[in-house]
Amino acid sequence: MISIALISAAALAYEILLMRLFSIIQWHHFAYMMISLALLGYGASGTFLAVSRRWLEGRFLTAYLVNAVLFGIGAMVCFMLAQAVPFNALEVLWDPRQPLWLMLIFLLLFIPFFCAANCICLAFSHYPGQLHRVYSFDLFGAGIGAAAIIGLLFIVSPSTAVQAVAALGLLAAAVAWGEVGARPRWPVLVLMLAAVTVLLPWAGFSLKVSEFKGLSQSLRVLNAEQIDQRSSPLGQLTTVKSPSIPFRHTPGLSLNTRGPIPTQLGLFTDADSLSVLTRFDGELEKLTYLDYLSSALPYHLLQQPRVLVLGAGGGADVLQALYHRSSHVDAVELNPQVVELVNRKFADFTGALYELPGVTVYNSEARGYVSASNYRYDLIQVALLDSFSASSAGLYSLSENYLYTLEAFSEYLQHLQPGGILSITRWTKTPPRDGLKIFATAIEALQQNGTVEPGRQLAMIRSWNTSTLLVKNEPFSRDAINSLITFCADRWFDLVFYPGMTATEANRYNQLQEPWYFEAASQLLGPAPAAFMDDYKFNILPATDDQPYFSHFLKWRTLPELLALRNRGGMPLLEWGYLILVATLVTALLASILLVLLPLWLHRGAETRVRGLRWRIILYFAAIGTAFMFIEIAFIQKFILFLHHPLYAISVVLCAFLVFAGLGSLLSARWHKHVSLLKVTLGIGLLSVLYVLLLPGLFNGLVQLPGAFKILVSALLIAPLAFLMGMPFPVGLGAVSNKLPSWIPWAWGINGCASVVSAILATLLAIHLGFVVVVIMAIILYLAAALVFQ
Amino acid sequence: MLGLAVAGTWAEAADDFQALRARLVEQISQDVMDTRGYIGKSTLDERVMRVMGLVGRHRFVPAQLQFQAYENRPLPIGYGQTISQPYIVALMTDLLELEAGDVVLEIGTGSGYQAAILSRLVSQVYSIEIIPELAESASKRLQRLGFDNVEVKNADGYFGWQEHAPFDAIIVTAAASHIPPPLVQQLKPDGVMIIPVGAVFQVQQLSLVRKTPDGELTTRQILPVRFVPFTGEH
Repeated sequence: MISIALISAAALAYEILLMRLFSIIQWHHFAYMMISLALLGYGASGTFLAVSRRWLEGRFLTAYLVNAVLFGIGAMVCFMLAQAVPFNALEVLWDPRQPLWLMLIFLLLFIPFFCAANCICLAFSHYPGQLHRVYSFDLFGAGIGAAAIIGLLFIVSPSTAVQAVAALGLLAAAVAWGEVGARPRWPVLVLMLAAVTVLLPWAGFSLKVSEFKGLSQSLRVLNAEQIDQRSSPLGQLTTVKSPSIPFRHTPGLSLNTRGPIPTQLGLFTDADSLSVLTRFDGELEKLTYLDYLSSALPYHLLQQPRVLVLGAGGGADVLQALYHRSSHVDAVELNPQVVELVNRKFADFTGALYELPGVTVYNSEARGYVSASNYRYDLIQVALLDSFSASSAGLYSLSENYLYTLEAFSEYLQHLQPGGILSITRWTKTPPRDGLKIFATAIEALQQNGTVEPGRQLAMIRSWNTSTLLVKNEPFSRDAINSLITFCADRWFDLVFYPGMTATEANRYNQLQEPWYFEAASQLLGPAPAAFMDDYKFNILPATDDQPYFSHFLKWRTLPELLALRNRGGMPLLEWGYLILVATLVTALLASILLVLLPLWLHRGAETRVRGLRWRIILYFAAIGTAFMFIEIAFIQKFILFLHHPLYAISVVLCAFLVFAGLGSLLSARWHKHVSLLKVTLGIGLLSVLYVLLLPGLFNGLVQLPGAFKILVSALLIAPLAFLMGMPFPVGLGAVSNKLPSWIPWAWGINGCASVVSAILATLLAIHLGFVVVVIMAIILYLAAALVFQ
Repeated sequence: MLGLAVAGTWAEAADDFQALRARLVEQISQDVMDTRGYIGKSTLDERVMRVMGLVGRHRFVPAQLQFQAYENRPLPIGYGQTISQPYIVALMTDLLELEAGDVVLEIGTGSGYQAAILSRLVSQVYSIEIIPELAESASKRLQRLGFDNVEVKNADGYFGWQEHAPFDAIIVTAAASHIPPPLVQQLKPDGVMIIPVGAVFQVQQLSLVRKTPDGELTTRQILPVRFVPFTGEH
């Protein structure tokens, strides 16, 4: 049983780790795709074991050991081979060979998951009397693996963590040998020795980052060198010095700029997403260039404001605030390693910016900081957080983002002093997308706050490649508007909207084919904004906390047109992340049919006397596999808003869900005699509905609690729900074991496939319908499963 | 001038790829027709199209990708860089409104294909490449192929090439977070600068910067595709 837990922990850790590794060497969305598909190894293992069941009888230990050892070796070797495949994500639509390379990577990664799943499924088949125990150790292991890998990634690099996962696989084999008390004993020692060996430094390997990522490209430049690299689950940070051809990262700098750009160090997250550390010796006049960015606008409308910078990063926005003589700057940055770079490692270079008088840095997630804060600010500045290339290619469309939702805007507005301004800068896209969605969100947030004429409190400008929106909590004065007009004229920035603006003032310096921004802004403030948003070819409906996909702009209606234009310059209009999600879903469905349903049908046999039993088994395990994933994924999102830290939320929720489900499974054998499955599923449904209704209010009330208490509260809230959710699988499997024992692997395989498909489906459903709908569907599926079980 | 060039070592009128090149040019013409509403014309400058049909793109891509050289798509050329899609090369060259006597600055030589196209349309091309290996190989390649009016150097493109300034046109193919002010200064009054904007392998838009005779600047954002986001009557 310990061995099961170890294998399960290693497999889940490997899954999370691969997401990290592929985010570094490739791009996040492809990581998502490859891992989802590789997880089909779980489905395929069921099929494989069902087909080879007879042959495996009597060879349990050998088969288990071989699979555990293969998982250990495969975890390392398959990844090393996968990163040697010449796959270029950026060429997928241009080059027909690329999907084949992608398929090869998927097949390589499939191997370790297939082996790990084989181990667990073998145990199910070999110990039919202890199904609930096997399942509970599987879940315990997975829960601990999820938490442990996040902890480990704070200490070691992702590639070293792969060694640890491999060692864990070998250790699981050694433990299994010991647990069954097999003779002779020496293989235990050999396996332990092998586990230690893969941990040694010589077994380590380096990551091969795509040559098209920003870090690779910047290191090609003459005399450029990497001067620091550190890593955590939040990302790998690489600092680059380029003395001969310096970094000059100043998004949207005016063509009419004055003053040189000081020396910068390039700071890359996951080998891309350039931000910079700026040399600062305390002389503010050297920062004149920061007054020539569109984000400098609010400083021309406020006097010595108290400023909140959300997403402070390397500190450019903080320097901008200091340059404009702000009375105080609160800087919020999620990643503690970034703060450490600014304040410690490169303190001489940055002037220990975050320790300067008048600056306070908060190591916190931006939205969470605002929710818990009692301060009111004159200016809340939401920094330009994402990289241009990823943003322009639509790579963020799958990322939940709680900074730009309707609820977030309301919170920002509530944290402004009278006359205060919320300022948001984004990269511009042509035709406009981000800018318009932000504008629409601001209008709705103002209306929800009781503003009758939101148009009097909004202003927007744009530079060559950025746009800045100002939302004021009272109408702009005539003086403020005059300052805004002068600011733009001096910098050759375009006016997009201000109260009283006329069409002739728009689209002067950075001309678009049509004054799209002004026209859209006027429509959004006009009598029929909904009709306009409906007609617009991109999705610019405000994002909400329930559908937090700010960067999802694609409309299905526009897709045929965009696909037709893709080789004629239309490719950037397509939204990569979303299309890959859909492609992954289709592939996962096809693979499930090919790997599970087809062999199932071919080997249908005639062993059962109960009519329709096989279909009931299929439906039951597909339903509970899907429902478990739906609830888990939806509640991870809900708890992100409470724990205010994506990492804590994912590891706490995942760990709590799996461990308490494991406990539920362990006790299910005893409980099931007294409580029917229908009651268990009703319990799940009731708790889920209660949570959906009550959690937002509860979270608001507890927002001020210290982090550790929030984690405790989260675990306590998850406990009863997860406890019940751990029961349907072992109870169902017990029934299968009684009626049709040869179908245990099938049940496992179907459950595995359903989990993979539903993990992808949950995101797709959330994009279109929201997480509440995902939860409701899960409840229906649980109830359906209970009825099928009767 | 074109006649002279054809007589030189650059002449490749009868190479194996001629038919493919002709087809590529045809395809570009078709794409331009399809986007006419947007880029404001239904055909590109005839001289540009002629040069596109003469310069061997296969000379500028890695040997193992030569078979794809005449597909209308960007290709990797090593060092994390690409050779642009021929349609975009033709469009950008056209938008520069070049004349035979012009002096042009290019930032981002890459493998030298864009410089080669330019060299057959103007009197002199100066090209700056940030990656030393690419600068060296492009320089040798252009020389070998007889593009004698192109000079390549490995340097920081941000500051342009002061000793040869001012320029009639500037083409910036390297990504930048802003338009480098020194380049604007090195542009002649009435001159044009073009900057493709977007991620690798994807041109989102073309920024066309124009300097008026009195030194003021306007930029035009040109979508390289016919696409109107508004539908319905608004």
